[in-house]
Amino acid sequence: MSAPRQIRLNVFRHNPQDPASTPHLQTYLVEEAPGMTLFLALSELRERQDPSLAFDFVCRAGICGSCGMVVNGRPRLACRTLTQELPAEITLLPLPAFALIADLSVDSGSWMRAMTERLQAWLHAADPAPDLSRLEARMDPDLADQIYELDRCIECGCCVAACGTVQMRHDFVGAVGLNKIARFGLDPRDTRSDAEFYDLVGGDEGVFGCMTLLACHDVCPKELPLQTQIAFLRRRMLRAGA
Amino acid sequence: MSSTTAQTTPSRADRPRPVPSRSRWPARLDLLQSLSGLALGLFMWGHMLFVSSILVSRDAMWAISRFFEGYFFLGHSVPWLVSVIVAVVFTLFACHAALALRKFPASYTAHRTFRDHLHAMRHEDTTLWYWQVLTGFALFFLASLHLGTMLLRPDRIGPFESADRVWSDSMWPIYLVMLFAVEIHGGVGLYRLALKWGFLEGAHPATTRRRLRLAKWTLTAFFLVLGLASLAAYMRIGMQHAPHYGENYVPAWLTGVAR
Repeated sequence: MSAPRQIRLNVFRHNPQDPASTPHLQTYLVEEAPGMTLFLALSELRERQDPSLAFDFVCRAGICGSCGMVVNGRPRLACRTLTQELPAEITLLPLPAFALIADLSVDSGSWMRAMTERLQAWLHAADPAPDLSRLEARMDPDLADQIYELDRCIECGCCVAACGTVQMRHDFVGAVGLNKIARFGLDPRDTRSDAEFYDLVGGDEGVFGCMTLLACHDVCPKELPLQTQIAFLRRRMLRAGA
Repeated sequence: MSSTTAQTTPSRADRPRPVPSRSRWPARLDLLQSLSGLALGLFMWGHMLFVSSILVSRDAMWAISRFFEGYFFLGHSVPWLVSVIVAVVFTLFACHAALALRKFPASYTAHRTFRDHLHAMRHEDTTLWYWQVLTGFALFFLASLHLGTMLLRPDRIGPFESADRVWSDSMWPIYLVMLFAVEIHGGVGLYRLALKWGFLEGAHPATTRRRLRLAKWTLTAFFLVLGLASLAAYMRIGMQHAPHYGENYVPAWLTGVAR
């Protein structure tokens, strides 16, 4: 049996709250274990080498979307990334486009909340106070599946960090925002018309600003059909707006 | 359970259709950019096929250039008909360039940020977009020069006329750079267009994307080889014809009539 691999982790370190802190990469060595994820490597590192290292996690199972970070240039979830898939030298950076809290921890929540409020990304039902004792209106199972498919987004921010358009246009809503509009656009319980959706995403900061670089689609840890949905939304908003 | 009844949801189709309150121009401009790009991309491929007729024979190239001058309909050449076609293409080109400018990095900082992102991500479609920007920028100048020449001197298109321009007028370096710029820009643009609007997506978008990418590279390689071979042919003819610079080509079967 061969000796376990030594992984060299170059981790971005900076605390914007500390005036003495300057951004730099700090290198750590970690012994790889079978089935080790980046999250496990970072946890071990924090436990045994450097308790000051800041990174986010909650579920450790690719559900909460907290542990997004840039791994060797690409946004990924630390808990879903096996170290054995990566070279022995790994560089970890915080997700760009979001406010840095410290080290690998970013405030994606504020960004997501602002985007959600801007796009009014919640169900606009005909009756804002429905009778909860009544059965919901029936929905075609295929349609319910389609909505559920888009609802699997965990708002991890990987699509936003991978998006070249966001790099140049900070007001761009990103694939996560467009996916939300596509989701509510499918939902028959949502009373908004296409014209109203156009008012939300029918601009250069919305679907018509998307340059179809498709990095969002390629890095999405949940493998959401972003390419298809953005193209669909573009056609739909064109009909509403042209 | 028996006391409950299903709630009803009004269908979207039953509701009045309000109009958007924000500007509709972003939708229109995006569509116009795509349509002008589609037209120019298809024109580019057609143009390359016409130009490469020199590889078949000088007479074939002569016949195609005279065809666009109405020779076979009117009985004589009317070069300004070519100027009309060039003017239409030039207008489309100018519109497309103006529309595409909206997507260019707006500042040096934005450009640097995008380049850093590009190098870190190493993502093919993101990199290809940057190539599109660079080649598009080059085409502002190169294609404008070429279109301007064709607009003002439509009579100088033919086996000897074009070859003289390529060799004796020293235009071949510009055509060489323009060939790569236009084939990369157009090929990537048409590929992106299909993905952007979801054309040809089918039931398996990932498979379609792989096939589109393969088709894009295959067509780009094909047209680059065709373009390089055609340019080499014009250069060779231009070298041979240099002592007779300015003399028009007349096919052998018309020599008796034309002279």
